Parts: sequence; C-alpha cells; structure tokens
Amino acid sequence: MSQETLRVQKISAHAGPIPGEGTQREYVVAKLIDTTTCIGCKACEVACMEWNDLPFGETIFDNTYQTMPETRWNYWNLILFNEHEREDGTMQWLMRKNQCMHCAEPGCLAACPSDGAIVQYANGIVDFHQDNCIGCGYCITGCPFNIPKFNPQTKRVFKCTLCNDRVQQGLEPACIKACPTGCLHFGSKEDMLDLAGKRATQLREHYNFPDAGVYDPPGVGGTGVIYVLHDAKQPELYGGLPKDPHIPLSVKLWKGPIKWLGNIAMIGGLVGLFIHYLRFGPKDREDEQIREEILTAEENAVKSQENRPVVKAVANQEGGEPTKGERT
Amino acid sequence: MSQPELLLPHNRILRYEFHERLTHWVSAGSFIYLMLTGLAFWSPWLFWLAYVCGGPQISRTLHPWVGVVFVIGVLFLYAMWHAQMHTTETDKEWWRNIDHYTKNEDELMPPAGRYNPGQKLLFWGFVICAVLLIFSGVILWLPEYIPWNLRILRYLAVIVHPGAALLSIGLFMIHIYMSIFAERGALNSMLGGDVPVDFVRRYHPGWYKEVFGDSPAPPK
Repeated sequence: MSQETLRVQKISAHAGPIPGEGTQREYVVAKLIDTTTCIGCKACEVACMEWNDLPFGETIFDNTYQTMPETRWNYWNLILFNEHEREDGTMQWLMRKNQCMHCAEPGCLAACPSDGAIVQYANGIVDFHQDNCIGCGYCITGCPFNIPKFNPQTKRVFKCTLCNDRVQQGLEPACIKACPTGCLHFGSKEDMLDLAGKRATQLREHYNFPDAGVYDPPGVGGTGVIYVLHDAKQPELYGGLPKDPHIPLSVKLWKGPIKWLGNIAMIGGLVGLFIHYLRFGPKDREDEQIREEILTAEENAVKSQENRPVVKAVANQEGGEPTKGERT
Repeated sequence: MSQPELLLPHNRILRYEFHERLTHWVSAGSFIYLMLTGLAFWSPWLFWLAYVCGGPQISRTLHPWVGVVFVIGVLFLYAMWHAQMHTTETDKEWWRNIDHYTKNEDELMPPAGRYNPGQKLLFWGFVICAVLLIFSGVILWLPEYIPWNLRILRYLAVIVHPGAALLSIGLFMIHIYMSIFAERGALNSMLGGDVPVDFVRRYHPGWYKEVFGDSPAPPK
C-alpha cells in the first residue's frame, strides 16, 4: 500500500544510501493491545476490512469463536481465541488480536530481495509496496510471527499496514477507532509503553495477575504493536505468540556472512582466473610456437632451395654484394 | 581397444554426438538464465540483472520453470555420462599432480582419459548442485504452501539454495575459463562435436590410447 508522504528510514534490497534518511525526526508510533480488556467482539476485524477495502472471504467454523485459523492476504487482523485452564481449575479466555507487529528490525524487510518492496517509515511502520513486490515470498520466511500472506491471483504479498494512510493524516488506525472497550490504544511508542507498564502494574497489584506484563520483544528490536498480557511469562498461550522472537538464524546467516563470503568468493574467483591467464595463458600456446617454428622452418627451406641457384649466381660474380643475393 | 569408428576426415575425432551437444546447451542456456536472475535476487547491487532478464516479476516467475528445464537437462547429462565419470587410479595420481596442471605443464601429468579428473569433478559437482538446488528451490518456489509448523524447511532452503548456487557458479567460472581460454578447441568440440587428433593426444592421452591403441601416429 504505497504512501509517499511518510519519511522512509529502511528500504528492502536497496543499493546505496536511502533518500531522505535521517532528515526528519518523527515519533515512533505504537499500537497497544490490552488483552485483559478484550472481549473478542471482532469490531477491529470488521473495521480493518472496511477501511482497507478488503474483499470478503469465506470464514471457517471450527466450533470456536475464531473467524479462521490464521490471517490471510485479505484478512490482516484476526482475534485468536484460546481457552486456558488455570492451575486452580478455572477457565480463562485468552483473546489476542493478531496482526503485523511492525518490528523495529523487520525480518521481512531483511529477507526481501526486491528494491523498495518493503519499507520502514521513520515512524516505525513497516509497509509493503506491492508495485515493487516480485512475489518471491522471502518475507514469509523472514517473519517470526507468520504474518505476510501470499495472494496467488496477483502474486503479491500483503499484510497489515498499521493504516499508515490514516496515521499520516493524524488519525488512529481503523481497528483502534472501532474498539468498544478501549483495550486498543494508539500513540507514540513512549506513551504506549508508559500506559502498558501502568496497566501491568495495576494487574499485578490489584487484579491477582502476579505475572502480568508487557510484550515488547527485544529480539526484533521491539515492536510497533505491544501487548499487555495476563501472563507475560507464557506468551505462547495466546495463540502461539513467540516468547523470544528473532529474525530466523538462517535468514541472518544468508543475508550476512554467507552473502559476504559468497561475494568475496565470486569476485576473487574472477580475479584469480584472470591473473592465472595473465601468468600462464592458454595451454596450447607452445603448440602454436612449435607450429610457427615448423612453418617458418619449412618456408625457409623452400626459400633457400629457391635462392640457392641465385645465391650461387651472385656468388659467382666477383665483388657482388652478398646482401643483394639474400634479398632476391 | 581401438575405436576407428570415431575417426572423421582431416584428422579429427568425434567427441560429442548431437544429442550430447543439445543436452549440454539446453542445460548451459538454462543455467545462465538461472545464474543471472539468481544473482539479481542475491544482491541489491545486481538487481538490475532482473530487468535484463525480463523484469523483476517475470524473472521471479520464470526462474523456477527454467530451473526445472535445467534439472531435466542435468538428469539427461547424468544418464549419458555418469558411467564415464568414475574416478580411476590414474585420476588419483592426476590429482596429486594438480599443480603441474595449473602451471600448464601437461606433459608431466598422468594420462587423462576421455574426461580428465577435473571434468569429472565438474560433472559430479553440477549433478549434486542440481539435486540440492531443485529440492531447496521447490520450497522457495511455493513458500506459501509450507505450513508454519514445517517452517524449518524454508529456513534450510534459504541456506542450501544460495550455497549450492555459489558452488555451481564457481564450477561454472572454471568451466568457462577452461573451455574458452585455457584449452582452446574445447568450446568447438561442444559446438561442432569433433576435435583434432592433436587435441586428444595433448589433453586426453588415455582416450587417445583407447582409440588408436599404441600406434604413435593416427592411421591416415
């Protein structure tokens, strides 16, 4: 979803400097999701589809409230419903609004091979530009949260934009606008962390959730979407939210050391072969020399046979210059 | 063993039959397209190659299909040539003297057969790379069909695919260098199919012996 009025700070697969990088400072924005006050009404899901003009798709009914098992290329915002039995035997609903986390160090952007297909704006929003997308799906591999989804018709990958078209106009994302319980908040990352911290303290001290905490995983440099969880020690309970997400090690190796070693090897190989040619040349060079020697020897033999009578004639003339005879 | 049926007029020997040459060039042509588009996706500094190869989206779409062509080509090459590619005792001796070969002191080398050990290594290298590339390539081709629980396959593929590609590019560079710059005449053998007897005597003395027996000069 290309939006050009926001400043860009990271561009996927971009050779050279990033135009306009660092010329302007912006607030890093964040969405705060307080899972403890989510009622699972799915207003955010509907608002997302409405605002982003996403076509309606079939839902899957699996005897739960959950609309479908995971997000789709045209369904970017999905509440995951989890029934959790606590140690004392009581049941607890764990509902988590799942969408792109807008990582500060995005794995999708690191993995992307197409110039400008994925950008990170100065306010921290990670956005796909489908015009530049080649549909390789490397972002799917790079993402630790299973968010980017491939559209087989258009061969492009889509995900939540954090409604950057609204944010750049000073509005909050559509999901936040629609939330009826106020469990969704939007603002600067700083403010959201402050608010989340206060809410977590409240949960620990007054609501008997001793493990309540804020989810802002440092493994991906922090995220543009942060959660308040009842139990921050077990984020996996919330529909498999990874405890310590990282850009996959193999993606880091591939885009880091393997790439540089490969480049050095390829350039070194070219230079090495060229130097080898300068030093040793082709294998049949001496054949050529031999061939030339044979040819010249044959030619000389022919010439000397032709010249022999002439030379004799010249030699017979007294006082004749021998060089003349050789020239004829 | 004497093989006079390989002899052609003007002191030339048939080295590659038509079907061998055709398969070689199908594999070679597809490899070059794969290498160029692959390098475009490999480095942002080479992304312009994707425009040369038909545009970024076209390159992404064609790369896997051309890969299938390449692998089929390599399969046929394997079927045609693998029997001749086994390492012999002389070959081991050849490898021990490889420094003479790199210095063009071919007269000090143990006699190479129809394929010298370097060519055999190239062959096996390409076969192994093709296998690694097609298996990792299918995963990279259709990443959206790999379920989240099997994502380890994608993580392996992004290491194996570039690794095997780099290896094959290394082999390719040596192959081009040898066939065009070092052993002049080798490229023509893959185009026209035949080589001069002198070429065989110089680069493949073992094969020369197979064709002509012990006679020092070929029968005229």
